[in-house]
Amino acid sequence: MTVAPPTPLGRTRRWPIVAPGIYEGSRIPPRVPTIRDVPEELQGSDDILRISFGPNHPSTHGVLRLILDLDGEQVVGLSAVIGYLHTGFEKNMEAKTWWKAITYPERIDYVGYQNNELVFVLAIEKLLALEVPEKATWMRMLLCELNRIHSHLVFLGTSALELGAISMFWYCFRERETILDLFELATGARMHTRYFQAGGLAEDVPPGFFPECRKFVALMPGAIDDYRALLDRNQIWLERTRGIGLLSAEDAIALGQSGPVLRASGVDWDLRRDSPYLAYDQVDFRVPLGTHGDVYDRYRVRVDEMEESNRIVRQCLDRLERMEGRPWIVDDRKVVLPPREELHTSMESLIHHFKIVTEGYRVPEGEVYVSIESPRGESGCYVVSDGGPKPWRVHFRAPSFAALEATATCVHETLVADLIAIVGSLDAVMGDTDR
Amino acid sequence: MTWSDCPGFAAAKEAYGETTVVVERESIPEACLYARDERSFDVLLDIVATDYLGWGGKGVAGYIGTATGRDLNLPATQGLQTLPQLKPARFSVSYHLLSLTHGAPRVRLQCWADDGEPVPSVVSVWPAADWHEREQYDLMGIEFAGHPNLTRLLMDEDWEGHPLRKDYPLGGEPVRFSDAE
Repeated sequence: MTVAPPTPLGRTRRWPIVAPGIYEGSRIPPRVPTIRDVPEELQGSDDILRISFGPNHPSTHGVLRLILDLDGEQVVGLSAVIGYLHTGFEKNMEAKTWWKAITYPERIDYVGYQNNELVFVLAIEKLLALEVPEKATWMRMLLCELNRIHSHLVFLGTSALELGAISMFWYCFRERETILDLFELATGARMHTRYFQAGGLAEDVPPGFFPECRKFVALMPGAIDDYRALLDRNQIWLERTRGIGLLSAEDAIALGQSGPVLRASGVDWDLRRDSPYLAYDQVDFRVPLGTHGDVYDRYRVRVDEMEESNRIVRQCLDRLERMEGRPWIVDDRKVVLPPREELHTSMESLIHHFKIVTEGYRVPEGEVYVSIESPRGESGCYVVSDGGPKPWRVHFRAPSFAALEATATCVHETLVADLIAIVGSLDAVMGDTDR
Repeated sequence: MTWSDCPGFAAAKEAYGETTVVVERESIPEACLYARDERSFDVLLDIVATDYLGWGGKGVAGYIGTATGRDLNLPATQGLQTLPQLKPARFSVSYHLLSLTHGAPRVRLQCWADDGEPVPSVVSVWPAADWHEREQYDLMGIEFAGHPNLTRLLMDEDWEGHPLRKDYPLGGEPVRFSDAE
């Protein structure tokens, strides 16, 4: 087994001050940080085979293309090609009113959709200086944590499947299905819910959601035990994942990593705890950490995170069950649609409804950057408003984009088969990468 | 905490609880090095460019077709109530930095460039800048001088134009029915 590079602990470390162009003691490829060049002694050799891994390969989680230089089974050169799923979300959002643009961010990261929707809504609220009701805040937290479990389940199921553990896939998708049913119950849609509005939630939480969610919360710890029993001491899994795809803490920071990938490298950093948004300062959870920064640590961090998310969901339920009948959206008719029943009786409500739907609401001039801890790491949203009803510029800081930048660093003396484990462990969603 | 000893410092402002430090375009790498080493902003999160062409005009973001094509916003009341503050150049390039210390301090370094003016690359300061700069080059057409591999990232290699610019039409195909034909 490969020995892990020395990893300094947590926040006390200092990234070494380097002269431009030199990364001393680092595995980051020296010339272009995201391209691993074939070593000089092998260049021009007849043994080097250049192949295209993807974009239509099931193990690339979508349409990632890796150009590999192989020496036998050894990967000696790598460069990632992205953009196959570029759909111009940012450009399109500039042409939609703020109100309509909320549908787009969910489709960017289609696995962590609820979190992506949240970050855009938070950005609008920051510009508008809206105070969101307590109930909406807690419900947002609940759904985001359910979504985090959902996202990690997809990661776990698919990456185990790629290494041959097919039963993991069925186990994970069993629980994922329950989560999607919960989303359908609460929001009417299994994915891409558009449940968060600027100012709160689209609808009140329907009756029957909390008992169903309680059932899931009670069931999930047992399910996580199942996953651990299947993989934690599974000899094949250990040999395929331990010491593979190493990423040291310094390299992870230099490459702008965030979320589980950063924490697996031993950096104690979680935005939910270190710069709390919503009401994360009022819930109790712990931040799981890895030590080596290999594929196994990334798997462990995510499984432990599912457990913590489940605890947060339970605490949200405790609060929400006592908020029966409380408002779920702010009462600001310039921004929020009036209740449906008022449209039949109130002329003013009808006008407000018409104005918001056709023209949209105006958002004060300014630029903001809002970030949250999405299942994949720091998901950021940079928004510029010119004071009009449409965003001037929207840009998403995509955690998957940053994660894939680290591929060339993780792939160090790796075999082709391990490459699949590494790409899976970075948990990139191509919609998020390409936008 | 003042930023006035940052290399190339031009202005600093606070808005919406966020700090924006405007620096001279040529001094961006030194300013980034200063932020990283002296102020311990370890992480480069994002590089984002914004095109301010037509800023303060009416509904440029919404038109479909060619630059002179029809504007779906007119004659509705889509115009701005107040004229936004004017910008010093066409493009802004913002660097979002994060410090992994208590309270998660953040700062936005910003520089301004007109079309064709190169911005020095910061790949040597943060390797993470590689793809971020390539993306902004691809979509916004900002030249990053000194980048080791400045090629298109998301669009095809032979793509013409830079899609996120304001003078790039949203519909893609120009409108065919004009008086000229």
